[in-house]
Amino acid sequence: MVIIDLFLSRYVYFMIVVLLAIGLYGMLGKHNLMKKLIGMNIFQTAIFIFFIEGAAKRGGSVPVIDEILGMEAAQYVNPLPHVLILTGIVVAISLTGVALAFLLVIYRTYKTLDDRAIMANMKESAE
Amino acid sequence: MSSLSILIVASLLLFCFISVLVGIWRLRWAYAVALAGMALALVAAGTGFYRVLADGELRYFLGGWPPPFGIEYVLDHLSAFMVVIIVFIGLIAVIYPPEAGLYHTPRRGISAYGLVLLLIAGLVGVVVTGDLFNLFVFLEIYSLASYALITMGGDKAVVASFRYLILGTIAGSFYLLGVGFIYFSTGTLNMADAARLLTPLYGSPTIMAAVALIVVGMGIKMALFPLHVWLPDAHSYAPPVVAAILAAIQIEVAAYVIVRMMLTIFQPQYFIDIMPITTIIGWVAAAGIIFGSVMAIAQKDFKRMLAYSTVAQVAYIGLGIGLANQLGMIGALLHILNHAFMKSCLFLVAGGIRYQTGLHKISQFAGLGRKMPLMMSAFTVAALSMVGIPPTAGFFSKWYLVLGGIEANNWVFVAVILASSLLTAVYFFRMIEKLFATPSGGDPAVEQAREPSARILTPIIILAIGIIVLGLINALIVSYVLQPVVALLP
Amino acid sequence: METVYSLKPLLAVLVSLVAVAFIVIPNQRPNVRESWTILAALAKFALVASMLPLILQGKSPAITLFAISPGISLALRVDYLGIIFGLSASFLWILTSFFSMGYVRSIPEHKQTRYFASFAICLSATMGIAFAANLFTLVIFYEILTIATYPLVIHRETPGAIFGGRKYLVYLLTGGVFLLFALALTYQLSGTVDFQAGGILPALTAKSSVIMLFTLFLLSFGVKSAIMPMHSWLPTAMVAPTPVSALLHAVAVVKAGVFGFARAIGFIIGPSMLHESGASGFLAALTAATILVASLIALRQDNLKARLAYSTVGHLSYIVLGLTLFSPSAWIGALLHIVNHAMMKITLFFCAGAIHVKTHCENVSQLNGIGRQMPLTMAAFAIASVGLAGIPPVNGFISKWYLVQGSYDAGQIVFVVILLLSGLLNAGYFFSIVVRAFFAPSDKFTRFDEASKLMIVPLVITAVLSLLMGIFPDRIPYFFQLASSAAQSVFGGGGL
Repeated sequence: MVIIDLFLSRYVYFMIVVLLAIGLYGMLGKHNLMKKLIGMNIFQTAIFIFFIEGAAKRGGSVPVIDEILGMEAAQYVNPLPHVLILTGIVVAISLTGVALAFLLVIYRTYKTLDDRAIMANMKESAE
Repeated sequence: MSSLSILIVASLLLFCFISVLVGIWRLRWAYAVALAGMALALVAAGTGFYRVLADGELRYFLGGWPPPFGIEYVLDHLSAFMVVIIVFIGLIAVIYPPEAGLYHTPRRGISAYGLVLLLIAGLVGVVVTGDLFNLFVFLEIYSLASYALITMGGDKAVVASFRYLILGTIAGSFYLLGVGFIYFSTGTLNMADAARLLTPLYGSPTIMAAVALIVVGMGIKMALFPLHVWLPDAHSYAPPVVAAILAAIQIEVAAYVIVRMMLTIFQPQYFIDIMPITTIIGWVAAAGIIFGSVMAIAQKDFKRMLAYSTVAQVAYIGLGIGLANQLGMIGALLHILNHAFMKSCLFLVAGGIRYQTGLHKISQFAGLGRKMPLMMSAFTVAALSMVGIPPTAGFFSKWYLVLGGIEANNWVFVAVILASSLLTAVYFFRMIEKLFATPSGGDPAVEQAREPSARILTPIIILAIGIIVLGLINALIVSYVLQPVVALLP
Repeated sequence: METVYSLKPLLAVLVSLVAVAFIVIPNQRPNVRESWTILAALAKFALVASMLPLILQGKSPAITLFAISPGISLALRVDYLGIIFGLSASFLWILTSFFSMGYVRSIPEHKQTRYFASFAICLSATMGIAFAANLFTLVIFYEILTIATYPLVIHRETPGAIFGGRKYLVYLLTGGVFLLFALALTYQLSGTVDFQAGGILPALTAKSSVIMLFTLFLLSFGVKSAIMPMHSWLPTAMVAPTPVSALLHAVAVVKAGVFGFARAIGFIIGPSMLHESGASGFLAALTAATILVASLIALRQDNLKARLAYSTVGHLSYIVLGLTLFSPSAWIGALLHIVNHAMMKITLFFCAGAIHVKTHCENVSQLNGIGRQMPLTMAAFAIASVGLAGIPPVNGFISKWYLVQGSYDAGQIVFVVILLLSGLLNAGYFFSIVVRAFFAPSDKFTRFDEASKLMIVPLVITAVLSLLMGIFPDRIPYFFQLASSAAQSVFGGGGL
């Protein structure tokens, strides 16, 4: 029962852990470079959700001093993690863009995105 | 309050954009602008360093918001020391001509200097920022710049860079996750403020998880064995100047983050007693020193040998941190400085050899010493320093590390440091022997080789002289800069 | 011993380094380049000799340069021990320089600039070792010497030379690594690394620490002093040109190892503390074994330089044996033997070089009757052989006398026997050459035809000096007085 309670109250965190695991598996376990990149995106997204979840507040309001929206500071949703994650998303997008550009070049050179085939090709040309 | 700390970052970023824009119009000017930017940054860094030594730490509140609300930039002994190293090596890298250092073609030349400046700006940012999240942003800025720069090394470099990008992102994400844990436990991102608020939370498992994540993340970034897998490819395929920056300062900045965590954000006791982090780092580094040295001996390609040597050398820094006493930490920090000079000198020599002769395998270098005496003398100085022959700088980092090892009564570490000197001697003297004592096999590339131009030689010679000077003045650096940093340690 | 500030020790170290800058100027004539070497050698000897009167008055010229690590300075200080080594090395450099000129011209050697430049660096390092005021300074110059000798070992660039160079580096760098460890341990144990006669270890140092420190010194200085089983680099390094073997492998490099032992035993650990720890007995036994085994191996060598090399291995162990014994007489004998052995062995190497240049003979079996062609050379050879066998009136007798007396004082009769036995073996392997040279029939060597004067004059000078130093040990040039003052300071506790 305790476990179920724990799960119900913290289920978002469990989902985040699952997402992190999927992302890590994608990055390290998959041989297709594109899948690695997708894994990376899942991994980063999981972290973003973690920050947003940490700032969430049931029945909270926008952190603006306004008579209609609410004057009680304790009711405000913490805005800082949202701002941080906006920055984080920008970083993630740039990384994805750069990585996609790399993948284009790699595909044009090696005609494949499979890790093993590329490694074999690189080793061959080294000799 | 002083704006010097932000000035270094801001000038680099500003000149980065100007350099790119000017480059579209006149390529030659992009170089001049980058040089001006680096020179300005070095002046600012030098002034900052001097003022820190004279008056103590300098703080700057971004946007005028006082901490813990705003982001603050801090120049203290440790960060001023790091900034001077980073900017100096950056300037050397920009002086080095692009045709030898970046495998430069005009079309790519535009972005190259912008990226180099962006990379240096990111590294400086990580070091001067006093804010945990801001550190992440700079971390990703310099990482992105370095991913792009590595790809200038050709097709293989792109694959290496992609693999580095994946691992580097894991590292960055681990750091971010760790910062998240700290933020939700303390409610602050300011380092000084977090240090205060974290003290009562030392028993918390959340904080332990945060520290573990950050240390693992930075372990990947600094290529601490066994998290080094991305390094040999990335550093050996990258163009020489990029490899020099990556090996000499980039991975050391990750080591800086660990030291900063240990000394400023947490108390050293947390890393030593509450969590056995220094012990783990120390033993892992000891294994890494041996592994990197042995692998370097097995390499045939000069740059790849240097890359594995970097794995071993960065583990020296880890070992110094792992010793968890003042002398060990002095050795680690001094080695950051010494290694920056030695390894950048060696990579620039690799670039010079490649540019003059097109050769990159050690077995092809027979007889080159006669053809390029000045450059190869500089190489010899750097190599002797890597081995740890006094009075070159490398000897003194070993000296402090051995003293630290004896003080910690850790004889295994002492043995590892000493044994690795011999392993290092094997792979560097093998090359010295090839250069100076083996008759050339009639290879036309060697026969027609000439001493490189002054533009290639100048940065290399400056670094070689620097290696000897740093060795002779190490007592000044240790007593005025490093001893205040490590005062907190037992 | 009173310390007086003086720039001379520093100048004595630097003068040959400055010469390097002139030697490497490209495109100059050999004569000009060599005159720089000679000039530096003369200046160096003059500087060292000019400090002698001060030393004999009991004053010690010293200079402290700057801090090399917090609490440790790069410092030079000339004491009795240092001037003994400094005088003999700088004097013999002059003779070797002349000999080298004759040698490299007779067999046109390549890359002479590198050769003379490395030689000059080696001499600077040797002076640095001799005059170092603390262990840190000594270690710096010691490692510079190791590295600067490497280009000389591989000078010929043949596969054999490269192999010799590798072996040299493996042995010497390993020794250097242990030396760094010893240096750090000394600093941690005593909080200082300044040399002080009688030792600097605190009185309460644990016996195990003393033994460990001594073992580290043994593993580091033992390599350069070629104590068995760490000796095998020395015969291999004989591939170097003969003047290199002469000066470096008889005087500077190997004596730097022996000198390191003198500093470690007399000025770091202290003879009494070493004696109490019992560790010195092991080294004494090792050196005694080395003396016998090296002499036996030398008997079987046909290659002349290899025979000389093994003889050097044996004689270096004489010195180290003397240093390990708890007796001032043994120390006097050991310190005198540093000078005497240098003088005699350099004569022999000069002879070997002259023979090589003139006849291209390298093996003992080819030397039948060579005394008829090169009587001066072989006469010098005979004098030095007599000395090395420890027979009066050559100087080798004096140092051996004190070594034997010291062994007797220390109650080690076994070492007395070994020293006498070794004298016989020395006689065996050297006299056979002399007999062969003068009395064996030969149809090859009939005409009188000596090597050039540049080579003959130095070897005659060293032979005559060996003889004079044997006849007037206390006159020429005060070595006996210096050695006994050094031994007194180490054992007397006071003074220095």
